[in-house]
Formats: sequence, structure tokens, C-alpha cells
Amino acid sequence: MAEALHDLSRAASSRLPELALLQVHRLVKRFGALTATDEASLEVRAGETHALIGPNGAGKTTLIHQISGALAPDGGGLFFDGEDVTALSMPQRVCGGLVRSFQITSIYRRFTVLDNVVLAVLARRPVAPSWWRPARADEAAYADAEAMLALVGLTAMADRAAGTLAHGEQRQLELALALAARPRLLLLDEPMAGMGPDESARMVELLSALKAQRLTLLLVEHDMDAVFRLADRVSVLVSGRVIATGTPDEIRNDAAVRQAYLGDEAEAADRADAMDAADAAGPSARSHPAKEGA
Amino acid sequence: MTEPITGPIIGPITEPVTTRHTLLHHRALGAWAWALLVALAALPPLLQALGLEFYTVVATRVLIFAIAAASLNLILGFGGLVSFGHAAFVGLGAYTVGVLADAGIGSAWIAWPAAMVVSGVAAAVIGAISLRTRGVYFIMITLAFAQMFHYLAVSLKAYGGDDGLPLAARSILSGLPLSLADDASFYWVALAVFALVFAGLRRLVNSPLGWLLQAARENETRVAATGGRVFAVQWTAFVVAGAIAGLAGALLANLNGLVSPHLMHWSQSGQLMVMVILGGAGALWGGPLGAVAFLLLEELLSGVTIHWQFALGAILLVVVLFAPRGLTGLVARRSARSKEAAHG
Repeated sequence: MAEALHDLSRAASSRLPELALLQVHRLVKRFGALTATDEASLEVRAGETHALIGPNGAGKTTLIHQISGALAPDGGGLFFDGEDVTALSMPQRVCGGLVRSFQITSIYRRFTVLDNVVLAVLARRPVAPSWWRPARADEAAYADAEAMLALVGLTAMADRAAGTLAHGEQRQLELALALAARPRLLLLDEPMAGMGPDESARMVELLSALKAQRLTLLLVEHDMDAVFRLADRVSVLVSGRVIATGTPDEIRNDAAVRQAYLGDEAEAADRADAMDAADAAGPSARSHPAKEGA
Repeated sequence: MTEPITGPIIGPITEPVTTRHTLLHHRALGAWAWALLVALAALPPLLQALGLEFYTVVATRVLIFAIAAASLNLILGFGGLVSFGHAAFVGLGAYTVGVLADAGIGSAWIAWPAAMVVSGVAAAVIGAISLRTRGVYFIMITLAFAQMFHYLAVSLKAYGGDDGLPLAARSILSGLPLSLADDASFYWVALAVFALVFAGLRRLVNSPLGWLLQAARENETRVAATGGRVFAVQWTAFVVAGAIAGLAGALLANLNGLVSPHLMHWSQSGQLMVMVILGGAGALWGGPLGAVAFLLLEELLSGVTIHWQFALGAILLVVVLFAPRGLTGLVARRSARSKEAAHG
């Protein structure tokens, strides 16, 4: 398990934290008259956990779709590790290390949990898949897949059909599939979507473990407790534009953000309280601030 | 699918704890496959002893359609791609043999691989275009291509046009001590080809390529999001299936002694689809079992009534309604139940 974590972080930790691993440059996406992404710009530094927040309909998922390659932007550019990836297909981006998870769980429901992860391992290999060697005897793929299952805590479920898992477990599997693709930057589209408090807590723990290994994360999430607990920096998306980027403290105190996103003062105060509670919950819950890590 | 360990375990367990239960791996019959092969090989002398030589030809026909249906099952069953034009590849293979024989090239060593190449190339082109579409569009595009080849064959006056092209003799297998002119020998060759094709397809289905093909059937977006090249995987399977169908066509041309545009008619594609669905789409034995069931039913029912297709339709309806996983699904369910009963 530790080895798998090490592998995941190897690419990320070898880079300077100040370097932008992902650069979203004035991205534009229109659907008819609606401009879903309106010259959005964003930088995700290597090794950081970057949260993308915004009210419903702000265009967060649309932006994730464009970064992952599911949607082609109408304007602007995407640079991953200094390379222009705007024209690359989704599989090409995945092989480069730009991997996403889905807001709506996307797993192979009829296959076993272990099948799911083995398929993810086989899919991400850059070489053409063998026609001849039995996949079931592919020890390297199985070793990888079992490590990923251990990482997300689903080892005991390996033989179950994925569709029969509880919702929270399916979300963990979703994360395992993304991790199996060996991301250098992981786009997490609402990993806590539809989860109960216990399940959310477990997911936060999992993401904290990834963060501790300095895997670069771009996290879209509605759960503000989780966002302020995990994120080194936060970007706020409103109507397809990034209106502010900063540390959680800066974002909390940003007047424009409060007005556009957090709503009235009272609600903002509630959010701040929730965050303080999260801080008090334990020193391990909140990892090192961004400036400390280098 | 490891059996549970019942005996004493000696030494440390180095195996992973999980039993690696997988739904992607498809088993053939194991050692029973060899027994089946021997039994099938014994069929011609048996039929001769019973004075039923005619059925050797029927059995050969079943084997050839088993090959064609197994190849369609690769893309339809394992790939989830409903191709409605598979007969085009069978027909192209048959025409390749016919045209080569017409030009004086009767060697099976040349004509049969040539049939596979021609059908494979056609599948490469058709696949490259049609695999960019999905659902009803995919069905319609594959159907349209097949009909195009059908009408092309009709228009080839030099090769008989609508009436087709008769073969003067069956292909020559030089170097082997058998002549395809002999029905029993031809049956054995068809059986050998079937066994090789089936073993190869089993290998392919259980390889990483085959697993990704099945994965794309279940959830294409997930394959792409983990870095899999869905198009390349499906295209490869499409070409392999086309080439194997071409080989079936080469055998069929020899069996019928005639190649005609009817081989590529859409109803022939439909017949192959019925075989696969009847036998069990996405099950290793689905194609062969469906071909056996379909052709035997045809043989039986057509002896009773000229409206045999009506009865066949009714049977197909029953299968789709009560055994959606086809005949292999029924067998699998039965064996699972008896296994459960045996374990208490």
C-alpha cells in the first residue's frame, strides 16, 4: 500500500511546488446563447490540493469536462506540465497523467470490484493490449489493482459485483479507478456527492492520505467543510469566470466572494464556524498549509 | 475461478487472499473440449455406418456457420456492437475463392488466406467508418455497406451476376493426404478450422484486448477515462471478426460449389444474428450452439412444413422472452443450480 502511494506521488514530488502543473488559460465554452465557461483561467501547482468551488450552475463540471478532454473548448488553451494539451483526446491526456473521476459514479456495475480496477490498470497501459496472453494471469496488473483496492479500503469487497456495493463504497471504487490510471493530477468531480456524514468522513480521510503524498488534486466539491479542510488554495467560479483564487483564509475573507457566492453575512459566518470546528476536530484533519511545503 | 481449498495447507500462503472471482474470463470446456473434438471427428464414419452419409454435408454446413456465428459473437456479444452486415464478410470470402478459382488458382493455401485478407480489409474500411457511430446508426451503416456489396456482386456480370458463379471443383489442399472432394475429408478440415478459430477466439476474448472490448460494452466512457483507446480496441475486434467470417465464406463456397450474391443479402446477416442471440450473445459457446440449434431446427421443421420459418420465429420469441441469455445461459443456470445443490 505504501508502495502504491509512493508510486502515485513520485511524479508530483519531483517537481517544484511553485510550478504550475496545470494551466487553464482563458478557456471559453458556449452552448448556444449560454456561455458556460467565460474566459476562465486557473493554475494548479504541482503537489497542491486546489479546490474549485462555486454556486450551482457556475460551470464547474463543464470546466472539468474540458480539462479532462470530454468536451472541446471553443476558445483558450490548456497546458499540462508545460505542454499544450488542448487538442489531445481523453485517453491521450490520461496517459500523460491528467485523470478525472466522475460526479455520477462511472463503474462497470456488472463486473466484480477487482475486475473494475484490473480493467482500469489494463486500459491505462500505453502499449497496445495483448491479443494472446490471458489477462487473468497478468500478475503485474493484479498486483497493481489489489494495491489500489487496499488504498481505498475495498479489499474485502474484491469479489462482489460492483453494482451491489453501497453508494459510498461505489464512490471509493470510482476513486480507485482514477488512481489506477496513475494520475499526476487528479480531477475530482464532487467525490462526496450523495454521501452520508460517515461516508464523507471516510472520503476526506482518503483524500487527506493522497494529499499527504503530495499528489496534485483539483477538487470540485460542495461540502465546504471538506473543501476548507483539504484545500491549499481555493478558486471560486461564478458564471463561468474565476473571480478569486487564494488560500482558504483569503477566500473566506474576500468581499467579492462573499457577495457572489457565500451569500449574506450570516450564512458566511456559519461557514466560518463550520470551518473552525473542522480545525478543532484534530491536528491531522488539516494538513500543512501551502506555504510550509517545499 | 479457484476452487476453495479443502485439504491441509502446507507452508506459508503466498497467493493473494482474494479468489479473483472474475466475470470477464470465459471458460471453454477444458479437457472436455478434446472429448468433444474426438466425438465430432467420429461423426462421418458413424453416419456412414448408419447409412446417413447425406448428414455429413449438413454437419459441415453447421460447422461453417458455427465459425461465422462465433466471429459475429465477438463484436455483437463481447463488443456489444450490433453489426447487421456480417454476411458481407462471409460473401466476400466466398467470392474471393470463386474469383480465384475462375482465374485458375484452386489451392486452398492461397485462396483461403486470400479470402481472410479481402474480408479483413473490407472490415477495416467498414469498421473505420461505422465505429464512429453508435446504436441505430451503427446498425444502419453496417447494413448499408453489406447491401452495397450485395448489389456489387449482382452487377458483376463477368462472375454470373444474380445467378452467381459455380465452382468447377473444391479447393486443393496440396501436401495433405486428403481430398476435399470427399465429403468426410471436407468435414474434417472444416472441423479442424472450427477448432482453431474457436481456440483463437477464446484466447482473444480472455486477453487484455478482449477484456477491454467487454469493458467498452459495459461502460465506454469509463474505458476512455482510464486511458483505454476504445476505437482501436473495437476496430481490432471488428477486423478479426471480418477476417474469420471471410474464412467461413471460403469454406461455404466450397461446400455449396457456388458463390452467389444471396450470400451477402441482409437476410443472411439477420440469420447470423439470430444464431448468436439464440445461442447466447457474449457467451463463448453462444455462436456455435446457436448455429447448431438454428440449422437443426431448420432441417427438422422444413421437413414438416414449408412454413418452418413461422415455427422458428415462435421458438426465437420464446428464447428471447424466457432465456434472454440464450441457450448457453440456460445451460449455465442449470449447472450453477446443480453445483449449489451438490454443495448443499
